[in-house]
Amino acid sequence: MANDDSEFQPDGDSVGLVETQFVTLFEAPNQLCLESGVRFGPIQVAYETYGTLSPEKDNAIFVCHALTGDAHVAGWHAGEERKPGWWNDFIGPGKGLDTNRYFVICANVLSGCKGTTGPSSIDPETGKPFGLGFPFITVGDIVKVHSALVTHLGIEKLLAVIGGSLGGMQVLKWAAIFPDQMASVICLAAAAKLSAQGIAFNVVGRRAIFTDPRFNGGEYYDDPEGPRYGLALARMVAHITYLSDVSIEDKFGRRLQHSDQFKYDLDQETEFQIGSYLHYQGKRFVERFDANSYLCLTHAMDYFDLAEEHGSIQQALERSEANFLLASYTSDWLFTTAQSLQIVSALVDGQRNISFVELESSKGHDAFLLEIEPLEQLVRPLLERTRKEIDDRRVAEARIRGDGAMNGGDRVE
Amino acid sequence: MSKKRYCMPDPQAAITDEVLMQHIERESRVIDLGCGNGRLLEKLRDEHGCSVQGVELDLSEIYACIGRGVPAILMDLDQGLATIPDDAFDLAVLSQTLQQVRHPAAVLSEMLRISRRALVVVPNFAHWKIRQQVLLSGRTPVTQSLPYSWYNTPNLHFLSMADFRELAEQLNVRIVHEIPIIAGRSRRRAWLPNVRAESLLYVLERAVSRNDAASV
Repeated sequence: MANDDSEFQPDGDSVGLVETQFVTLFEAPNQLCLESGVRFGPIQVAYETYGTLSPEKDNAIFVCHALTGDAHVAGWHAGEERKPGWWNDFIGPGKGLDTNRYFVICANVLSGCKGTTGPSSIDPETGKPFGLGFPFITVGDIVKVHSALVTHLGIEKLLAVIGGSLGGMQVLKWAAIFPDQMASVICLAAAAKLSAQGIAFNVVGRRAIFTDPRFNGGEYYDDPEGPRYGLALARMVAHITYLSDVSIEDKFGRRLQHSDQFKYDLDQETEFQIGSYLHYQGKRFVERFDANSYLCLTHAMDYFDLAEEHGSIQQALERSEANFLLASYTSDWLFTTAQSLQIVSALVDGQRNISFVELESSKGHDAFLLEIEPLEQLVRPLLERTRKEIDDRRVAEARIRGDGAMNGGDRVE
Repeated sequence: MSKKRYCMPDPQAAITDEVLMQHIERESRVIDLGCGNGRLLEKLRDEHGCSVQGVELDLSEIYACIGRGVPAILMDLDQGLATIPDDAFDLAVLSQTLQQVRHPAAVLSEMLRISRRALVVVPNFAHWKIRQQVLLSGRTPVTQSLPYSWYNTPNLHFLSMADFRELAEQLNVRIVHEIPIIAGRSRRRAWLPNVRAESLLYVLERAVSRNDAASV
């Protein structure tokens, strides 16, 4: 979310140079039936992969990105844009998601603007961008596209799905609707539904876009400017929700940007460092994000309510045999520990395999992107253990199958 | 220098997993409050076919639990067990921890809210060697089982077998079994247990209230 924009220094433990790949799914007549009832397709999916898929295809991990993320989660791209993937510190050789051992997949979400079909894509029927004519997308719809991509890649069962924030919501929904498609579920800084307070911030963000005169009902793709001020303002508001009072205090305090003294000038918009920072974040954001996508994805987030969609959280997840790992962060006030604990409660009640930790951090909601070390400590044993369970099961099954044929002889593998 | 003034078996070690496991039904759903690295729960799962859940205060122990495939929740017993739903377990285990929580009565009540039965192991501070030490040295005992000075001990409460019985009655908790641990072994019957036991293992249940009993 609040990705650091520092220059990327390719390091020895990086997955290195990567490219985004594309595949077209849900072509007629097999369009995706969206939750809104609309049939939609074809859908182009942008995705990246790192590491090598094992011959047994049992080492694949799918990363679900958050609201404004993309498929570029690790390594770096060729050309001018040498920016690291958004979770590069966590994914790579020897890292938390160790690409020497695991095959990591990340895809841009449906209705995004980074290569997967979204409102800025060309509607084949009109030859023009969809704009607000793009269908209403839910977290469930997003997950169905992820799931189809995994199937397309020939993977029957993922070792893990992992995601934070809106990515964590996708992870939960995935476990609910395709419980057999993953052996473990890692859900960070997320909730079974967005709080009313969270919806409130999204409302303000969307309002900022709608009231930008250049929004033009979502038809702004011919306008080189577009609703940039509205989108930047939406980002500025949202960005505050990703930080914490302490992290803002530590990073900026009440320091001024250019002077030690107040100017007593009403025209000064970015006198405080925090103001300057938020403006910068807004400005950077509009360079890489589409306003219509922002509307789609914040709506998807607002609508998501796992309990409502499945009767209860417990019912939603009762068919999953996966190893669940949930984590929240002490200073995250957008997705609170209390919200994670509601999911934990439901999973304990449903006798699922649930581990939960609240991690200490002053970094607010963004902690899941920044606090890499505790995350590695949690995820490594979970992945190792889960893979061992899969191995043990395979050996046991092979032994049962092999006993007759091999006359009780050697172990079959 | 505070040398240990005498040695008695460390109840942490003395209460072996075997002793606890003897009192845990096969294939039951068990929650261990203060599960450490998940060793007991792993055994219960693998050898007793139990469905297990750990609760632990120390994050590094949670990593160990996850590595064993023992699901564990980071939680401070002093903050309550509100996350755990009513009657979610057949048995809640609390070994050598009750004397260390701030509100033991509240923890006991919570255990019997989330679980049909509770298995509690507590040190017996009325053991004769402790009595002797207090009497002879006139100082707070420092022993192998209580290896702490009075000012840095994790043990906030000092109780005996008689004390525990009193609390159980106050909380309307039925003592199903009361098993003295002497020299690291559980004894069904023991002579002068409140003097000789270094620890006590209790199996507890919610007492049927008089009204419920009358209506049956």
